Amino acid sequence: MRARDLCVRYGQKVAIKDVDIDVHTNQVLALIGPSGCGKSTFLRSLNRMNDTVPGVSVTGHVDLDGEPIYGPNVDPVLVRRRVGMVFQRSNPFPKSIFENVAYGLRIAGMRERDVIAERVERALRHAALWDEVKDRLPESGLGLSGGQQQRLCIARALAVEPEVLLMDEPASALDPIATAKIEDLVADLRGELTIVIVTHNMQQAARVSQRTGFFYMGRLVEVGETSQVFTRPRERETEDYITGRFG
Amino acid sequence: MSAAAPPRRLVGTVRHGDRALQTVTLGSVVLILAMLVVLLGDVALGGARTLTWEFLTAAPRDGMTAGGVFPAIFGTVALTLLMTLAAVPAGVATAIYLTEFASTESRLARLIRVSVSNLAGVPSIVFGLFGLGFFIATVGKAIDGVAFGGQPTYGKPCLLWSSLTLAILTLPVVVVATEEAILAVPRELRDGSLALGATRMQTILRVVLPEAMGGILTGTILAVSRGAGEVAPILFTGVAYYLPYLPSHLNDPFMSLGYHVYVLATQSPDVDRTKPLLYGTALVLLILTFLLNLAAIWIRSRTRRHSRAAA
Repeated sequence: MRARDLCVRYGQKVAIKDVDIDVHTNQVLALIGPSGCGKSTFLRSLNRMNDTVPGVSVTGHVDLDGEPIYGPNVDPVLVRRRVGMVFQRSNPFPKSIFENVAYGLRIAGMRERDVIAERVERALRHAALWDEVKDRLPESGLGLSGGQQQRLCIARALAVEPEVLLMDEPASALDPIATAKIEDLVADLRGELTIVIVTHNMQQAARVSQRTGFFYMGRLVEVGETSQVFTRPRERETEDYITGRFG
Repeated sequence: MSAAAPPRRLVGTVRHGDRALQTVTLGSVVLILAMLVVLLGDVALGGARTLTWEFLTAAPRDGMTAGGVFPAIFGTVALTLLMTLAAVPAGVATAIYLTEFASTESRLARLIRVSVSNLAGVPSIVFGLFGLGFFIATVGKAIDGVAFGGQPTYGKPCLLWSSLTLAILTLPVVVVATEEAILAVPRELRDGSLALGATRMQTILRVVLPEAMGGILTGTILAVSRGAGEVAPILFTGVAYYLPYLPSHLNDPFMSLGYHVYVLATQSPDVDRTKPLLYGTALVLLILTFLLNLAAIWIRSRTRRHSRAAA
């Protein structure tokens, strides 16, 4: 995925400005920066979730496999089927564990029960949740623990086999053990799927990502190899942020 | 000049107002409870002896001084079902439009909201007149002219027009209750669905409405139970004083419990002999309404438990 000159405005207010970034295929890109710096807004513009917020306007270009996702006649629904998303607060549907994961398949028109069952199992295994829930698939997804709920949401997103997975602070509401499981999961998915993860936690960014981008006041200050950004940042603002001088 | 320092004492009290407020508010509670107890107690005591199997299943006899109220129960139930059938789809659809499609600032949405709340404030007798003027004299007459060669078939008071008139009366409550229930569905759930590539319709049908269903049903049942006892809207549009047969078509007139109470209370040749029947009819109407309210409470408590599991 690729963004060029991307600007997002809420009414008159500019949320992000002139963002140019390449998201490398099958790698993990971490986005860090202080609260309100625009990293979540940027993330939501990669699957056109900003379209659902009244008053938002997006200019610039975002390409998925060379195709402009803001092009004319592009249906945002089709974009979102190829670019999945996991949110900060886990949001399982008030349905069974099985139906949560099957949801994306069913809305895409899949009917064959055995195929759905197989895809649900594969997604749950992928999300490292299968062993914990395989005996309780008909139970409500809301009965799971917070960390399990978040992995259920990841499984739900993986079930539709997206090319890109966007994760908006997926572990910020979880305890350290649940967080570690999510991080392991992201690390496992590395190489199979393109991931963009927004995080407040710099250790997390350093642990799971190959590349890191630093957002500040609506601008992308710098982006590069994670090891380089954390050890030899090119910009003064990045250095100040990662060494804890602000933010 | 500096303000006077507060008195440096601990003994005594400065909370006279609190005590008085508690007394006054408790007083109103007691007053309201007492009225409810007297009302329900009187109807229940007076009606209990009348409430026999025959009373529930037989038609009135001997100039309404004997027999039962079955035609009125039948009419009320039929009326309520038809009204629900008309009001709920229209009300829920309006609420979905307002919450999901209209932007909050749009003129149309504001116009609809104002209309809905004004509709809720219209006195019920005006709805009755409207039903007479619009449904019977205009729509019904037109249907007769086109389909029945001017023979009065639908251009007269009947079950259909009464149901539709009542539906308009209950519509605002259904709209508002549904809107609130839909707005209470967390944004995260919609986002989750949309992010998986669901269309708006899929999101509404598969996530939003199931989640809002408890609130929608509760509000709707309360609205319907309120409408079930209304007399004014059906007075000109279809209710009958006495019918020797049960309504079997949409264009038949019908009897209803609410109107039957009025008839027994004011039109009887022998007040003393109709009094037990009057009590019995009022009790049946109250029981029907309470059953609906109980259903609403039951659904609400079920949904609560459900959403508590979510937290």
